[in-house]
Amino acid sequence: MNTTYWSWERFFDALPFVLDGLWMTIFLTIACFLFALVFGFVWTFLRRIPNKSFNWIVTWIMEFIRTTPPLVQLFFIYYAWPVIPVVGMTLSPVQSAILGLGIHYSTYISEIYRSGIESVEKGQWEAASALNFSVWDKWKKIILPQAIPPTVPMLGNYFIILFKEVPLVSTISVAEILLKANTYGARTYAYLEPLTVVGIIFLLLSYPSALLVQRLEMKMNTRFDKNAVVKSS
Amino acid sequence: MTITVLLAAALLAYTMAFIAGLSKLSNSVLLRKVTSVYVEVFRGTSLIVQLFWLYYAIPMLFNIPLGSNWWIGVIAIGLNYGAYMSEVVRSSIVAVDEGQAEAATALNMSSFQRMRLVILPQAVRMMLPEFGNYTILMLKSTSLVSLIGLRDILYYGDIIRSTNASATPIVYTVVLVFYFILALPLIWLTRKGEKIAKKGATTT
Repeated sequence: MNTTYWSWERFFDALPFVLDGLWMTIFLTIACFLFALVFGFVWTFLRRIPNKSFNWIVTWIMEFIRTTPPLVQLFFIYYAWPVIPVVGMTLSPVQSAILGLGIHYSTYISEIYRSGIESVEKGQWEAASALNFSVWDKWKKIILPQAIPPTVPMLGNYFIILFKEVPLVSTISVAEILLKANTYGARTYAYLEPLTVVGIIFLLLSYPSALLVQRLEMKMNTRFDKNAVVKSS
Repeated sequence: MTITVLLAAALLAYTMAFIAGLSKLSNSVLLRKVTSVYVEVFRGTSLIVQLFWLYYAIPMLFNIPLGSNWWIGVIAIGLNYGAYMSEVVRSSIVAVDEGQAEAATALNMSSFQRMRLVILPQAVRMMLPEFGNYTILMLKSTSLVSLIGLRDILYYGDIIRSTNASATPIVYTVVLVFYFILALPLIWLTRKGEKIAKKGATTT
């Protein structure tokens, strides 16, 4: 087969084959994101424990996770963890993918939570204490309802970023779209067309969602702009 | 290998960022449109897909074997992050106070002089922290080039793993630590950039 030229025939042949992996990609994006959302809270609260050395350790662990490549982390979880004695266990590729990307992005998400929490005015904290709220009530009723909504557009951005990172897991043999495209390529010796399909799928899905997040951001800005509130009152 | 890819890709990315960032602000509609397409295509798809795509597409479309995969890695990472950073360049230039541009015009500077002497020196300062962050991201993404057969840190890690499975945890820990050590000066530079950017904000 001559593979040095672009062929539409191959393009449409590869299309359904690659699309088959789309559900896995979307499922993984959502699963990793949920994992990161929950785990992000864990980091945020660990960092709030008022102990200097503990704080220092947590900060550097987060920094370590954030500045090392997610690809290597995936390999670590998938290949290295089962070999480690005592705590080691074998994870399926999908489990490793969720754990790896989830933990990696949880450090970013936690940073977003932190900025949200810090943006809550000091008076709100003081008022909550003055009204004798319990710690639980203070967080649940005063702080988090104000801290989380403004961060939603940022979280949306990370959702899109995560979506684009998911093809990394093709390297640990999760059958998402990139692996599908490579499989198709290995079978027919034509890589260009299936990979183009993958690129187009990403563009078609991520561009509209980026626009959506942008609109959300504008809406949030007008809603949560503190100056705007002052002006209107 | 990791370091050379990082340096070359960073250089390409900075250049692309300035070219694309500036042309997005140009008066020519065509130039703006072309740049938008470039930015959206590279931001809209994943780096790993672009890497593979270029890996197969460049020799095929242009019928020239690019010789080394090194170039493909550099081009993919450089173009990808150039697209992201062009937005940083654009928004920083827009953020420079309008009065500065007006003052430059009033002083009878040409548009080139205005950009070079007045706007950019102020805008670059604002870009520093973001550029630092993106450079750290770029460092992380250089690990992808092992997938197209470049002998970077991860590539050697994988080779050792395939010959000695029991050493796997140590190998990957070493690889992770390596990346972290490489990132440390970048983290430090980013923090320094943040300070410089803040200093600029208080004086204006």
